[in-house]
Amino acid sequence: MSGETGMSAREVILARITEALRVPAPLPHGLTAESQSQVRQPQPRAAVTTSGASTAGITVTHAAAGLPTLTVLPEEVARPWLPDGGETQAERLQLLIENLVKLRAIVQQVPDLTAASDYLFTIARERDWQRVAWHPHPLVEPLLGGVPCATYRVDAADFEKNSLESCDAGITSCEALVAQTGSILVSSATSGGRALSILPHVHIVVATCDQIVATLADALHAAKERHEGHMPSMLSFITGPSRTGDIERILVLGAHGPKELILILVG
Amino acid sequence: MIVNHSPAPAAADSQPPRLAKKRFLHDAAEYVRDTGHRAFVRKALNGYYASRDLQKARFRNWEHARDAASLAKWSAVNRLDELLPRFVAAFEANGGQVHWARDAEEARKIVLELVRAARAKAIIKSKCMTSEEIHLNAALEADGYGVVESDLGEFIQQLRGEPPYHFVFPCMHVRRDEISDLFGKHLGTAPTDSPEELTMIARRHMRRLYIDADVGITGANFLVAETGQISITENEGNARLTAALPRVHIAISGIEKVVEHLDDLAVLLPMLATAGTGQPMTCYNTLYAGPRRAGEADGPEEMHLVLLDNSRTAILADPEQRDSLHCIRCGACLNVCPIFKNVGGFTYGTTYQGPIGSVITPHLRGLADWNHLSAASSLCGACTDACPVRIDIAHHLLHNRRNAARTAPNAWERLGHRLFVMVARRPWLFGLGGAVFRHTLPLLKALRPPLLRDWLASRDLPAAPRQSFRRQWERRQPREGRA
Ligand code: SF4
Repeated sequence: MSGETGMSAREVILARITEALRVPAPLPHGLTAESQSQVRQPQPRAAVTTSGASTAGITVTHAAAGLPTLTVLPEEVARPWLPDGGETQAERLQLLIENLVKLRAIVQQVPDLTAASDYLFTIARERDWQRVAWHPHPLVEPLLGGVPCATYRVDAADFEKNSLESCDAGITSCEALVAQTGSILVSSATSGGRALSILPHVHIVVATCDQIVATLADALHAAKERHEGHMPSMLSFITGPSRTGDIERILVLGAHGPKELILILVG
Repeated sequence: MIVNHSPAPAAADSQPPRLAKKRFLHDAAEYVRDTGHRAFVRKALNGYYASRDLQKARFRNWEHARDAASLAKWSAVNRLDELLPRFVAAFEANGGQVHWARDAEEARKIVLELVRAARAKAIIKSKCMTSEEIHLNAALEADGYGVVESDLGEFIQQLRGEPPYHFVFPCMHVRRDEISDLFGKHLGTAPTDSPEELTMIARRHMRRLYIDADVGITGANFLVAETGQISITENEGNARLTAALPRVHIAISGIEKVVEHLDDLAVLLPMLATAGTGQPMTCYNTLYAGPRRAGEADGPEEMHLVLLDNSRTAILADPEQRDSLHCIRCGACLNVCPIFKNVGGFTYGTTYQGPIGSVITPHLRGLADWNHLSAASSLCGACTDACPVRIDIAHHLLHNRRNAARTAPNAWERLGHRLFVMVARRPWLFGLGGAVFRHTLPLLKALRPPLLRDWLASRDLPAAPRQSFRRQWERRQPREGRA
């Protein structure tokens, strides 16, 4: 290890990486290179052509230095191969609901916020909830008027883990709804921090139909745009109520997170 | 600059030479004999096969999607020199703190120091194979810290005092009545045979612990260079809670987990879930960008990331097997492996079991002592077919065998090959050998010479054909009208 003495761990690891990458690796199993002629570009990933030549329909251009050049991002290439996200808004809505139902989430479609508030009242009464947690948001606040129980407001000014833990349900808004997988994208910025959507036994999401996007990539783009490069400290795709299969691979809902996931879809 | 890749000595991993192989052969024989265990594991996997196929069918083209996924990982791993520093800069800009660890010992030291600095009284941990690799729990406990695994499977294994049996399904070999007894013994709960009730026992037990813990330790599935976020995949919500409630969040990750774009996750996450557990997406796929921000309701005050080399750069330096660093630890190759299903997870004696473990362990712990894993393969190629990022695992097992033969040739094997070449070059000798063998086969069966005894213990020799293959071939030619 004589070459490494006096260097920090960071320097050593980076030096090992540089040294290791001197010899180029062959292309991934099953892919073929198009040509050896291109010069390495400053951003090698910038360049992938799609063609039917290789098994994948992806052709990778090998640079002279033996480094790969891609002209399209894998996500763009893969889009037509991934699960369908729906072409029209109506298709997306249908896919989203189908997927959520398969995941054993509950979806309630309501025409407006008043109807949403009525629905919340009904389930809170039915289940005899003592306390529900919420966070300030234009879609969440209007629902609380009529809840037949105590409420706990979660915000930056005062947050108390034990108070939240004692709540029966947490009500949040979300960043986007993904038709492709039935996922709900929440974030620490728009869903009342990190714990509100995971600690209470029931998670209720209030969202509008125009928040539905086709794919996971679309949802990530929407979040990126909304937060203009300064991402919230947590972004989470929630795909159904918490579950585990750890005991004999038998599915059980409600492992550590919410046992129930309810989506109130407005409009 | 010359950088030496000699693997760092890891105290907990070092074994007397060849012990690993001896143990493997012994345990494999034991587990194979245990037909109950085999049947149980197979049954547990049946549900997985069904849901995996269902989810694969939702892809408009699974095979092409595999190409895209392998490309995403390939272009990141092959540009790690550029992307790792980019990720680190972005992660630090988000307010996270990065710690570099050359080997397991350094990583343990870093975590211990962080835990001490946080004056931790209680530590909660969510599933993290990298921490198994560095034997973190033992180090924390030796220093007097209590640490609780929050993932249900890991929690069960922790109570049993066993390492994970499978790196995605940690306790898939344990029956529910055993879990009921275990919970009764450690948590004082009443016996039950309902998986649901058992899960609720763990749920109730754990909730207090999330709230009381000062430090939360998690793994990481992807490091996004573009945005400086780390991605964590899970189903139970325990990682979400671990990264939400304690004051300090420590994540531990191998350096190879980098991807360049956030978009890459739109391909990799659904594929990881489909291949790993047969889900469209796992329940929670979460991206963390540093500690709590001003204006956010909660979240840790500090977020640390330990970046671990621990011989990953040695794999990187081997262009032929570099793609084994593309592994997203979905576990699909284990689930389809006939060896895994027969010898079980513990027999491997490694952190990463199954085919991918057999490929990378020799790099992490030395080829001479771990090459036997590459020999424990039927080379059926099921692992290669299952891998969502198209790692050619089956061929890498052959590469390991070849490398081992080159570095430490076996005198008996060489003698055998030389003899074979000598015989094969002389048709008359070959024919004679065949004739002798055909006639002595019944005698061999009866005598069971020591060389064959092991082999014959679980197999039967076929009956000797009356004629040699060449003879039969000659006789067939005219009848089938071949030229
Ligand atoms: S090698 Fe491939 S199949 Fe095996 S765990 Fe890694 S990603 Fe999954």
